Order: sequence, then C-alpha cells, then structure tokens
Amino acid sequence: MNDKRLISRRAFASSVALLGLGRRSALAQSFAGLGIDGEGFATVMPGKVFAFPADHGPHPDYRIEWWYVTANLADSKGTAYGAQWTLFRQAMRAGAQAQGWANQQIWMGHAAVTRADTHRYSETFARGGVGQAGVEAEPYRAWIDSWEMRGLDAMSDTTLAPLEIKASGADFRYLLRLDTDRALVLEGDAGYSRKSERGQASYYYSQPYFRASGSVTLDGMPVQVTGQAWMDREWSSQPLASDQTGWDWFSLHLNDREKLMLYRMRQSDGHDYLSGNWISKEGKSEQIFPADIKMMPMASTDIAGRKLPTSWRIEIPARGMAIESIPLNAKSWMGTSFPYWEGPISFSGSHTGLGYLEMTGY
Amino acid sequence: MSRTLWILAVLLSHWRRHPMQLATLLIGLISATALWSGVQALNQQARDSYDRAAATFGGARTAMLVARDGTTFPQQLFVDFRRAGWPVSPVLEGRVQIGGRSFRLLGIEPVTLPAEVGNAPAIGRAGLQSFMTPPGETLVAPEMLSDLDLPQGARPAATSSMVLPPLRVQPQLVPGVLVVDIGIAQRLLDRPDQVSRLLIGKSGAGRAALETIAGDRLRLVEPTAESDLERLTDSFHLNLTAFGLLSFFVGLFIVNSAIGLAFEQRRPMLRTLRACGVSARMLNTVLVLELVSLALLAGAVGLVCGYFIAASLLPDVAASLRGLYGAQIPGELTLKPEWWIAGLVIGVIGALAAATASFAKAIRLPVLAAAQPQAWQQAQHRWLIWQGAFALVVLAVAAGFLWFGDSLISGFAVLAALLLGAALGLPVILEWVLSLSQRSAGRPLAVWFWADSRQQLSGLSLALMALLLALAVNVGVGTMVESFSRTFTSWLDGRLAADVYINASSDAQAAEIKAWLGERPEVEAILPGGRAEAQIGGAPVEILGLADHATYRDRWPLLQSSANAWDRLHRGDAGFISEQLSRRLKLTLGDRIDVPASGGNWTLEVVGIYADYGNPKGQIAVNFAALTRRFPGIPLTRLGLRVAPAAIPALISGLQDKFGLDGNNLLDQATLKAESTRIFNRTFAVTSALNAFTLGVAGIALLTSLLTLSNSRLPQLAPLWAIGITRRRLAVIELLKTLSVALITTLLALPLGLLVAWCLIAVVNVKAFGWRLPFNVFPLQLLELLGVAMAAALLAALLPVIKLARMQPTSLIKIFADER
Amino acid sequence: MTPGNATVLSVRNLAKTYRSAGEQIAVLRGVDLSIAAGERVALTGESGSGKSTLLHLIAGLDRADSGEIRLADTLLSDLADAGRAALRRDRLGLVFQQFNLIPSLDVRDNLAFQSRIAGRHDAGWHAELVERLGLGDLLGRYPEQLSGGQQQKVAIGRALAVKPLLLLADEPTGNLDEATADAVLALTRDLVARTGCGFLMVTHSTRLAATLDRQLHLSAGVIA
Repeated sequence: MNDKRLISRRAFASSVALLGLGRRSALAQSFAGLGIDGEGFATVMPGKVFAFPADHGPHPDYRIEWWYVTANLADSKGTAYGAQWTLFRQAMRAGAQAQGWANQQIWMGHAAVTRADTHRYSETFARGGVGQAGVEAEPYRAWIDSWEMRGLDAMSDTTLAPLEIKASGADFRYLLRLDTDRALVLEGDAGYSRKSERGQASYYYSQPYFRASGSVTLDGMPVQVTGQAWMDREWSSQPLASDQTGWDWFSLHLNDREKLMLYRMRQSDGHDYLSGNWISKEGKSEQIFPADIKMMPMASTDIAGRKLPTSWRIEIPARGMAIESIPLNAKSWMGTSFPYWEGPISFSGSHTGLGYLEMTGY
Repeated sequence: MSRTLWILAVLLSHWRRHPMQLATLLIGLISATALWSGVQALNQQARDSYDRAAATFGGARTAMLVARDGTTFPQQLFVDFRRAGWPVSPVLEGRVQIGGRSFRLLGIEPVTLPAEVGNAPAIGRAGLQSFMTPPGETLVAPEMLSDLDLPQGARPAATSSMVLPPLRVQPQLVPGVLVVDIGIAQRLLDRPDQVSRLLIGKSGAGRAALETIAGDRLRLVEPTAESDLERLTDSFHLNLTAFGLLSFFVGLFIVNSAIGLAFEQRRPMLRTLRACGVSARMLNTVLVLELVSLALLAGAVGLVCGYFIAASLLPDVAASLRGLYGAQIPGELTLKPEWWIAGLVIGVIGALAAATASFAKAIRLPVLAAAQPQAWQQAQHRWLIWQGAFALVVLAVAAGFLWFGDSLISGFAVLAALLLGAALGLPVILEWVLSLSQRSAGRPLAVWFWADSRQQLSGLSLALMALLLALAVNVGVGTMVESFSRTFTSWLDGRLAADVYINASSDAQAAEIKAWLGERPEVEAILPGGRAEAQIGGAPVEILGLADHATYRDRWPLLQSSANAWDRLHRGDAGFISEQLSRRLKLTLGDRIDVPASGGNWTLEVVGIYADYGNPKGQIAVNFAALTRRFPGIPLTRLGLRVAPAAIPALISGLQDKFGLDGNNLLDQATLKAESTRIFNRTFAVTSALNAFTLGVAGIALLTSLLTLSNSRLPQLAPLWAIGITRRRLAVIELLKTLSVALITTLLALPLGLLVAWCLIAVVNVKAFGWRLPFNVFPLQLLELLGVAMAAALLAALLPVIKLARMQPTSLIKIFADER
Repeated sequence: MTPGNATVLSVRNLAKTYRSAGEQIAVLRGVDLSIAAGERVALTGESGSGKSTLLHLIAGLDRADSGEIRLADTLLSDLADAGRAALRRDRLGLVFQQFNLIPSLDVRDNLAFQSRIAGRHDAGWHAELVERLGLGDLLGRYPEQLSGGQQQKVAIGRALAVKPLLLLADEPTGNLDEATADAVLALTRDLVARTGCGFLMVTHSTRLAATLDRQLHLSAGVIA
C-alpha cells in the first residue's frame, strides 16, 4: 500500500481542522491519526484524463478536495492587498453519498484579506446534504454560507472564467471578478502531482492567469482593487505520510505570462521533498524535479509562539532563477481551528514579481 | 503566641464551668448556620441545574429565531439564513416516550453550533463523527442512566417503535433531556426537513435583514440574562431564602443573648486579666479570636446539619419545582467548596454581629470597677422609649412599602419591616401590659409577681421576640397554605370537568380513537382540546381551546365574566384570560388582546378571567374550533370524555387494549386530581418543614434564655424564700411568670400572624405567582398553635423551675449571705 | 531600709484631681514616696484620703495629672496602655481586697496564669510558693470552694509568681477576720523577704501597718 499512500497540499489543514472543531486535545490526536490508509476511498493514479466541466465539481469518492483562490491586488494609489478564498471538502467515510443530514461530507471555508498593516481572516463549517455548502459543476458554483465562487454568464469550461468570488468576515469583505482567456494548467505530470519519493500524490490543476478586479472592504471602508489571481484545484484520498510535518508552498507570478508553482514537503528525517512546475509563456507546464530546486529560509518571524520563515531565497539554476522573497505582511497568520501562515509576497533578483506563500506545520 | 493562647485558655475556662451557656451559644450558632446554609444549598442546587438547562443548546441565554406561530418550519430557512450571512444553527425539539415516560428530545447540528452556546458538549474528534454518523449517539446527563435504569451504550425504544441511538453520558447536560443529531431527531419525531428554531451565534459579518429572508414567518427572540426557569422559580427561591434568613436571625438572637450573658459574667475576669497585665488591645483581640473559633466550630457543625436538612428537603423541593415549573433538579445533592466557605463566613459574620454590643462594652471596660450602674430601671425605661419609637418608624416603613411598592421584593420588604417592627415593639407592649397588671394588683405578692416579671423582661425580651417572630410566621404561612389548599381543591373540582383525559400519539390516532368512541353508548360527550403557544408581551402564553359544551359552561370556574361570556367565546372573537395574565398585562373585562397567529394577529376581547393556579405561564382560553382555524398546525391529540362514572374503568381498559395508551396518555379524573393534589402538597411540604424548624429554633431560644436567667434570678428569689415562701411555691410562681409573658407574646403573635398571612396572600402571592386567594381565618389552627406555643414555653420553663424546686436550702442561704 | 539597696519605686510630686458632679476634688496634691528593694511599707489614711488612688496610679491602672512615677528605671508616664500593661504583667504584683481570682480557673491555674502570660513561669518557684502558702491540698479547687483567707493566699501567690519588682496590696486583709489577716500578712512579709521585692500595702489598720518596716500616712493629699 505504501506506494498508494497519498499526500496532498492543504489536506493537513482541512482534515485536522474539521475533525478537531476547535478542540486542542483532539487536534493532537488527529494529527497522529491522519497517517491511516484511505481505505474505501478512490486512489490517485497517474494517467488520468481530465474532463471539464465535470472535474470542476466535487469528487466525493476521494477523501479530500479543495477550491483555492489567492489574489495579489492593489488599489489606485498602489497600496498592495492580498485576498484568499478557500473551500475544503472532506468525507467522514467512504461509500455511497447519503442524503440530507446523513450525508458524510463536511465543508470548511477560509477567507482572508491582507494588507501590509493588517491581516483579517474568517472560518466557517458546514455539513453536506442540506445545501449550506457545496459545489456544482454546471452552472459552476461553489459556496459555503454567504461565501461564493460562481461562474458568470458565458463561463468557459476550459478557462474557468469569468468568475465572481465573494466572502466576508466580522471585519472585512471582498467581491472580485476573475477573468482570463488562457486555458487551465495541469500541475505535476499532466495533473498527477507527486508529493514524496514514496509516491504520495494528488490530482492537481490550476488557473494561474486570472486578472482580478473588484472591491475590498476593511472596517466598512471599500476600496477598488485590481491585480492577478491564481486558482488551485486538488483532490486526493490519503492525507499525510506519518513522517511529513508540514510544507512551504509558493505560487509566483513571474510576469504576465510566466508562472511558477513550488513546494517543499518537510519530513522529520530531514530529506525534504521539493517539487514544482514552470509554466511557460505559451502556457506549457513543465515539471521541475527535486534536484533542481533550492529553497532556503532567510529571516523568520515570531507569531503565536512559533517561529516562521517568512523570507526565502529560491534558486532554480537550470532556469536561471535566483530570487529572494519577502512577505507583504509578516503576520499573515491564519489563527483558524488548524492554524497556518498564508499571505501575499513579493520577490526580486533574477525575476521580480508577486505571489502567495503558504506554510503549515510550524 | 503562647501568651495569646494562655489568655485564650483563661477565657475559655469560663465555658468549662458553664457548659450550658456554651451549649446555648453553640446551639444558636449551629441553628443559625444550619438552616441558612441548608436553604442556600437547595437554592444553589436548583440554580446550577437551571444554568445547565439554560446552557443546553439554546436555552434563554442564546438569541434565536422561532416561527411566529410557535410551530416547526422548513430547514431550507436555515440554509437561506446561512447563505445570507447569519451564523445560525438549527435545533429540532420534541418529546419522546421511553418506558411510558416523556422526555425532551433535542436535535442539534454540532458543526454549526455556535461555540458560545453555553457549555455545549465537547464532541471531540472521534465524538463528532460517531455523533453524526448512523446510528449516532444519544447524549444524556449522568443522572438519566440511573433514571432509565440503562447502561451506557444501551438503545432504548422510543415512541412509535423507533430505537434511539446508543446512550452516551455528557456531564454538562440536565436530566430529562436527550440530545441527538438533528437528522436523527427529524426521523425520531417524524418531522422530515423541519426545525424548531435557529440559534444565533455571536460571530458573523453583515447579515441581510430578517424579513428579506423569511418574510414574517420567523421572529427574533433576544437572549435574556436570566433563564426562563430562573425567572419563574425566583419567587419559590425567595420564599426559601426568606425562611433561611428568618431562622438565621432567630439563631443570632440566641447567640446574642448567650454572648451578652457570658460577657456580664466574665466582666470581673476581664478586669482581673487587665490588672494582671493584659493590654486592652490584646484582650479584645483574644475575645474576637475566641468567638471566631467558636463560630468556626459551630459553623462546621451547622454546615453538616445544613447539608442533612438540604438533603432531606431536596426531594420535596425537586418535586415542587418539577410540578410547578417543569424544572428538572437532580435528586442528589452536590455542593461546591464555595458553599462551605460561604457558610462559615456567614456564621462568623453573624456571630460577630450578634456580639457587637458585648464587644463594644469590652472595649470600653474600665480596668477599675466603676460605681454600680445607678438608676438601672430608669435607663431601661429610656431605652424602651427609644426602641418603641424605632419600632414605629419601622412599621411606618412597612406601610410605605405596602403603599408604594409594586414588586415581589417590596412585598417581602413589607413582611420584613412588619416583623421587625413588631419584634422591636414587643418589649414596649409587654412592659406596658405588665406595669398595668402591677398597678391593678392588690396583694403584695401579686405586686411583686408583676414587678419582678418586668425586671426579668430585659433578659427575656430577645427570646420572646424570637418566639413572636416564629409564631407570627407560623400563623401567616399556615393560614396561607390552608387558604390555598381549600381554594385549590374546589378549583380543581371545577377545572377537571371531563371524566377521562386522552392524549393520542398523533392526529391520526386521535381520529381513530374518536371514531371508536363514537360507537360507544356510555360516552356522553367527546370534548376535543388543543393548545397553541404564542409570545405576548415578551413571555410565552398558552392558548387553550375549549369545546363548546355544557360541561364547560356549567363547571369551568370563572372569577369574573361579562354577560353571555360563553356565547361570545363561541363566536371566536373573545377569550377568557387567566388571572396571572390579567395581572401581568393589566387587562380587565372588555379589554382587547392581540394574539400573534399564523394568519396575522387575532384580536380577542376579554370576556372572562379565571384562576389558573400553579401555571407559570399566562393562559388564554378560546373556543376550540376558533383555535384550530387560527392555528391550523397544532396537534389535535387531546380529548376529554364525559362518561357515566360506572363505565369509566371498562372504557379505560378498552382504550388501553385497543390503542396501546398508557398511564401517561390516558387518565381518569380521579387520578389526575390525586396527582395534582400530590404535587400541591409536596410544594408546601418544604414550607411546612422550614416552618417547624423555625419554631423549634425559637423554642430553643426561649429555653436557653430562661436557663441563663435562672441562675442570675436566684439572688432575687432567695430573700422571698427567707421570708417564708416555700421552694415549691416559688417554683410555681416562676413558672406562672414565664407562662404569662409567653401567653401575652403568643396572643400578640396571633394578630401579627394574620397580618403576615394577609401580606403573603394579598401582596407576595400576587407578585410571585400572579394569583390572589380569598383570605380566610382558621380559628382551630390558631388555637392549635397557641397550645403548641404554650407547651413550648412550659417545656422551656420547666427545667430551671425544677432546678429551683429541688435546690438545697444551703445554696439559697449561701446566695442570700453572699453580698455579690 | 538597708542603705545601698536599689530604689524600686520613686514617686515625685504626684497630683490627681477627680471631677464629680461638676466639682473638682484634688485627691493627691504632690505626693513624694520611694521604696527600696526588700523594703516593706504600709500606707495608711482616712477613707477617701486617696490611698487606693495612689496605689492605682503606681500600678498604671490610672493616669496622674502631673508628677512622675518611676519603677526601677522606667518612667510610667512614658508608656502607653500596652506598655503599662506589660509593666504590670512582668514587674508588678497586685493584690486586692476582693481577691479578684478567676472563678473558672482552679487554684493551680490561678496561681500560674500571670506568670504564664508574662512568660516568666518558673516551676521550682511555683512549687515553693504552693508549699509556703500551704495550698498543696487545694490545687484542684475552684475559688468559690475556698475560704477568704485561702483565696487571698492564692492571690498573693499569683502576684509573687512573676517575681515582681514591687508587690502592691490594696487592703489585702480587709475581708478577713483578725487572726486570718495576721497569718496572711505574716506569710506575705516572709515571701517578700524571700523574693527581695519592694512591698507597698494600703491599709486603714494602724495595727497591721505597724508590722511593716515603714509607715506612711496620707492626709489631705500629701504624705505626712
């Protein structure tokens, strides 16, 4: 079974948070308990042929899944903002989908807005089966409570655009329109994304080309913003290998046409697993192999009693890349049921641009 | 330190030589703390369970949305509210029967349940999944397992042959509640996709307006700091507290007189100590230390007694609260450390307060013996005048509270001021009566008799005051309970108009039963009944449907009614309201009341007011047909039957066999009446028990005062003996003196008690429960109490008198010879 | 008086006035007095001459209007209530006409309690006192079970148990018959000699006064 053990980005966060529901003791338990086999769930195998719009919708046979949007934005004066919109799905058990309250799916939403001087976030939970949360492929709609991501009229299945996303918390709200005419990008090896030497993997595609525009409201003060956004779609069945403690994940807009996705899975034996995809000007997604990547933590920040490496040096010699990243707001801490760091960054060096960083397990 | 201990040892040596005095002091302290802390324990126990109840998934502490017509509503509204940004969580509530007993079933949705909804059960990681995933779990309070006589994990069968999920204990829950996942609750209660209310969490961003989401179907209920149960039961607990306070003060009377006497007797000792080099500060410190030690010791004993008092009263209290308010109180007493500490602290504070006068004297105590207090009589006279004036002021305050007050607290303030004023006035009145007797007495011995009684008065007055208070409260409470009991019984006769009461499990079954009964000739009439709930003036109100039938017209008791009241009811635009509701909303005949119903407000004219004893909710009685038109959703499962008495047993067993109804759903009038009366009697069992305790404490106060007095009285008696009055005769005279002051006190207590009864009936009851009873005087009861009081006085006086009768002449000689 | 012995009490120019019913009565008008260690002094005077007042002032039970009282090297007027209480406790023995025993303590405890409170209890001395006072058979009795003479012996024993600097007695034999009074006084003289303390006895009896070393007479507020 070892080669079928799968690990996915953010699976960690969603699983633990959902099952813990705010109970710290339960969190520790679940952390240890997530190494179990995804028995009864469908497994992730190479060679899948993606079919849209069907694959935009949920895959309840797999244990975990998410719809993830991050946006790097700026207002007319040039003030930088970041926005995050995430919907997680987790199945409590495998098998046929039960109706109504008996439905085994649990949904969790995370939303955040970041500015250099503040970071606001919110979290919400829902059970499937009654309509409080869910995803429908056609017409495209993903929602939990009042948060929503929906396809506007004439949405194309191949670009997943145009979209409207909205979310709100006690002290923030945003409404963004996402648009692009470029096709979706398959991550990893044609959408099969490995997460360790032992073969843990997920199905993974992205839309990194969104142009975003809309409004962000902090403390009741709306501002008009524009920028670029990146969507990740991923699903899998096996949450975590027992020796993996967390990850550092980058999505970088190198310029208008080139994108880079990069991650480091930290392992307790010190043999971290690094991987990524370089998306060329033509939209071609090429895998970058572990040996070609160097990710080095630089400065760190103390948050919530932990030490987080919020500045990084990244080198991919084969692509002539050597950059250093700094956070827009070093305190982009998601103090949710399962806490992690997620926020906008900027980088300079061989390449200059913006992106998002996510760090878990610290 | 050792110096302090030596001084303490010298002080304590007094008690070794006067064990009776020590016993008096300790009894006073113990009885003060015992009843007070016992009552506190009961209150605390009850309040804790109200808290648990209030915190059970959206009790009164949580804001919520409910249907305007009080029924369930589609769960789609829950989704709509969530989608509109409201942090709501659905709850479905209903009742299920297990083993013939009815329990509250709560269906909750743990994923959206707001974290701030009280102590929501900690459904952990594993717990959440097993709670939601079939077969799910039934969370219950620990007491429920023993109540149901089932182990954890058992799956009891509920109504309609459905099986509950396995039981799991959740310590935070209250007894009487079963908590399951909302999906499971919808199946158990046969309410698919329906919810009873939406709890509103505190978090959340901007939300859309209520009306834009749900129209006028739902209504926002704001949270109240006080739970419904707390508010409803306030009067009950106030009642208990008042009794606890009363016996606390009576106990302190004893403490005060014991300490006062001990101080007088120890005065020479204190002087000697000062002369031998104990500084005033040191001496006072050690005196306080002594008293605090004694208070702690007695307080500890008192707390243990209080625990047992509370434990023995708890079943009655729990039964009363369940019967009156539907409040579930666990039958086992659990006490927090705070209770013990508070009990000791109150004991110490009480002891220090009772000893204030003695301490003040000790602080001013001159080292050198001052001249004998001259004109003692004169001083006492002056003091009596002051006390009498103060008594009048307090009585004026009582009148003021009566006139201007409009709350339960002011009702109790009237009582407290009345009792205090009377107690303070007692020595003045006694002095006046005794001096009157003295003046009218002819023979020298008679003159001495009254004069000596007067002199004795200052020593006895505290005990007599305690006796007066206890007796007056006894008369008051006894009269109220008896009035209530008679009124209740005759009211119940009229109110239980039908002969057999049925509550079918569903509307369908009710229809079947009706059809079956229609063919039985012995059934003279079938009277359908129904109940709806509405919120009027911020409180829940029951709306009761009465069938239009001669049974009600003839027998339903009305306190006031308009002309043709029953015909007006039949037309559907008028209603009767309960006395409680009429007082609360200040409505009288001819006024109008708006009842929120599903099709808009239903305006009713008040054409009758009826008594509805024991119901904490307001009630409106309307025509049954009109009720079902206005509240189409209400269950039509209640039936009343008029049956020839001889045919009742056969009919009941027939109904049992045919429809599987049990003792909870099928009752004859006699059983129901017996049950109501039983609940009623238990309600006042606590009051009576506390009453008896208080009287007992007052008796002890009298006994101890007489005992302490008897020693100091010997010098006064010795001269009489010396001039040739036999010991036996002296003893009889002493006895007569005690009995005569006790008799005067008791005779004063009777009218005072009736005044207290009037206050309880006309002020306190009306404010506490919302009903007023006819005020009756029960002469036999008064006579009985008079007898009890005299017996208590006789008993208390007997011991010192016997001691006197048996006293050796040499002792009397010694006393006579001793110049003291 | 043995010359060279230390002065235990010295009173200089002591005055005390009482107010009663608006009238001022000057009881002491400049009393001078001194007693050396081991010296036994009798103070006589008419009823109301101020004998007891002088004794109370010396014992620190009352305050003088002017003048000074010095016990060994302590000036009484320098002391507050607590200080004077400590002085009484540790350095003085007081004997009253009414015995002033503690009724709830037996003889043993009555004898011991002042020395216990003073922290100067000496078991050997205690035993000697019991023996000399002839109280051995009465130790378990309570004051009310004793005769007047026995009670006064206990009171004297209590006063001497702390080995005071000065023993003050106010009509100690006033409630005793003549024979008992003589016996009690004789015993007191012996014990005073044994402890070497000063002894000041107020009495109206010139007969008893004559048995002491020195006699002082208080008249019109001064010592003649």
